[in-house]
Amino acid sequence: MVTTKELPLKEYVLKGNAACAGCQDMVALRHAHKALEGDVIQVVPACCTSVVQSLWPKSGLGIPVLNTAFPAAAATASGVKAALKAKGNDHTQVMVWAGDGGTFDIGIQALSGALERRTDFLYVCYNNQVYSNTGTQRSGATPLHAQTTTTWYGKTEPEKMLDLIVAAHEPVYQFTANSSYPRDLYDKIKKAKEFEGPKFGHIFLPCPQAWNYPVEKGVEIGKLAVETGYWIMWERIGDEFILGRHSKRYQDPEKRKPIEEFLKMQGRFSMLFKPKRNEAKIKELQDYVQHRWDLVMKTFT
Amino acid sequence: MKTELMSANYAAARAVVSARVEVVAAYPITPATTVPEQVALLYEDGVYKGEFIRVESEHSAIFACVGASSTGARTFTATSSNGLLLMAEGIHWAAAARLPIVVNNINRSVSPSWNIHVTHDDSMSFRDAGWIQFYASSVDEMYHTVIQAFKLGEDERVLMPVMVNTDGFVLSHTLSTFDYLEPEEVDKFLPAYEPPHWKMDPENPVSHGNIVFPEYYQEFRYAMHEGLLNVHKVFEEVERDYKKIFGKYFGGPIDCYKCDDADVIFTSQGSMGAEAKDAIDELRDEGYKVGNARMRMIRPFPVDKMRELGSRVKGIAAFDRGVSYGFGGHVVNDIRASLYPTEYRPLIKSYIGGLGGRDVTVDDIKQIVLDTVGAVESGELGPEETWHDLLE
Repeated sequence: MVTTKELPLKEYVLKGNAACAGCQDMVALRHAHKALEGDVIQVVPACCTSVVQSLWPKSGLGIPVLNTAFPAAAATASGVKAALKAKGNDHTQVMVWAGDGGTFDIGIQALSGALERRTDFLYVCYNNQVYSNTGTQRSGATPLHAQTTTTWYGKTEPEKMLDLIVAAHEPVYQFTANSSYPRDLYDKIKKAKEFEGPKFGHIFLPCPQAWNYPVEKGVEIGKLAVETGYWIMWERIGDEFILGRHSKRYQDPEKRKPIEEFLKMQGRFSMLFKPKRNEAKIKELQDYVQHRWDLVMKTFT
Repeated sequence: MKTELMSANYAAARAVVSARVEVVAAYPITPATTVPEQVALLYEDGVYKGEFIRVESEHSAIFACVGASSTGARTFTATSSNGLLLMAEGIHWAAAARLPIVVNNINRSVSPSWNIHVTHDDSMSFRDAGWIQFYASSVDEMYHTVIQAFKLGEDERVLMPVMVNTDGFVLSHTLSTFDYLEPEEVDKFLPAYEPPHWKMDPENPVSHGNIVFPEYYQEFRYAMHEGLLNVHKVFEEVERDYKKIFGKYFGGPIDCYKCDDADVIFTSQGSMGAEAKDAIDELRDEGYKVGNARMRMIRPFPVDKMRELGSRVKGIAAFDRGVSYGFGGHVVNDIRASLYPTEYRPLIKSYIGGLGGRDVTVDDIKQIVLDTVGAVESGELGPEETWHDLLE
């Protein structure tokens, strides 16, 4: 893994962008661009990144950014890539940077189409598990029992297993990552550059606004997602599945921290603990952790 | 230039080659389907040298065009009816982003019920989206209008997308001769597209489409309006140059036939305008002073030209092959609005018909024109709106 010392010093996510305090999206984006080193066109559908990149006529990102409609990120990127190809440019990376709503829900058709067409691009879904740009409504990525402004007493369904849907399209390279492990993220984006064809990255990132936790706790909560086994770090190069070293030790359920440690730091799950503890619901979430491991491992290994 | 025999859809695919389009993204829908089919064949055979994206929906088709055009490529798609409606978000997007994308819309009725034949409701519902809109009356006119559309839309004074409409089946699937131009010939008229203000380019990074607050938003919209208003002058130049280089001219935004001394003119959009010439000839033979004003461009609306006509005629029989439900024919209301600020008061009678592909024959058109002639002679407007050939 890259050492902190080796990370390029050049910044592409500039000072003065309009992100919230403690925004983990900016952490992920910053490291992604350090890996891409500027030769990139970034396509952004409606999501937090479309808002925080700053107000016209200024830009908080030092790379070309094409904002596009909510359902249209992957289609727009297909057009950008085709134009580059038509003009003989075979080096510039086309990267979609989309939220979970724009990927799991409204944008999934365009994503599926672009993957099936073997579009040579990198699609990154930064997943904060909620429509946070519009103020915390449930998405297809929102976990079971999480409180949102459209599920006031907690969501009644678990999140969609998007990675399996994407994997069914057989991208050349697919990875999961987590904003609390930025060097790992850097390495994966850098690796993605080496492949020609459709590449998909899925970055888990906590959101202080939507998840309701103190702004300085983002890294801690992101790590707990991995340490409880709730979020699994892996890569898939073609058919080859690689369980990430950060997650490997948590394949053994005995080594995992209880899911409660992840849940109790977040206001969105407060109803599981107050006014009184809801054992049944906490257990459902605990069981979901193993369910995801089983599905991922059975599917990919 | 050489004469070819093809349907409008096959010719549209040839226009893509002639105009050196760089990216086509399209999704099949009857009756537009044979456009992407032919583009695919020309692409696979290496005749069309650009990129072709076989997208999974019309929404993605228009946004792939948005992406490609934003990266500086000349871009084209074709669609119809529900497909155009699914593009709605991207239709508005392309105009506001000032992207000179050309869409060949094959006019088809909007569902339900399923009907694959011509009604103009699909494109007319986008009159307010900021697109230049043409309605062609022949295969030849459609083909050359597509080439002209790139020159017009890409002009720095305009920078707006263009919709070239052709009537489903009447033109899209009917073989007719047209004058084909090789790309090398078109080069004399249409230079390579180079966006004058911005494009996606890592060498010169910009953010496009980020947030604009109320302080500036209105100014962007005013600039769009200006761009469309500039079309009147720029299109005149485009047609003049085209005529000079290729000898082809289709009559300006309103193609007038025997209008000079006419008391009554018939207006219509699309293929019916060709049919109407025969009706006018027959009526002239019968001694009526009538003319045919074929509305080629309805956005921007050719207000000055319409006022000029309005200053000379006593009556206008305005035919719409579509309806603004609750207010009447699309174009007749634009004609009325154009003349209101003037002192010209020809009798304007609205006729709606031909919906869902119902035939409108020379006899039908003669009957409509004579109805307006009767109103002019009696001095009584009579019904403002008549649904022609409406079953009881």
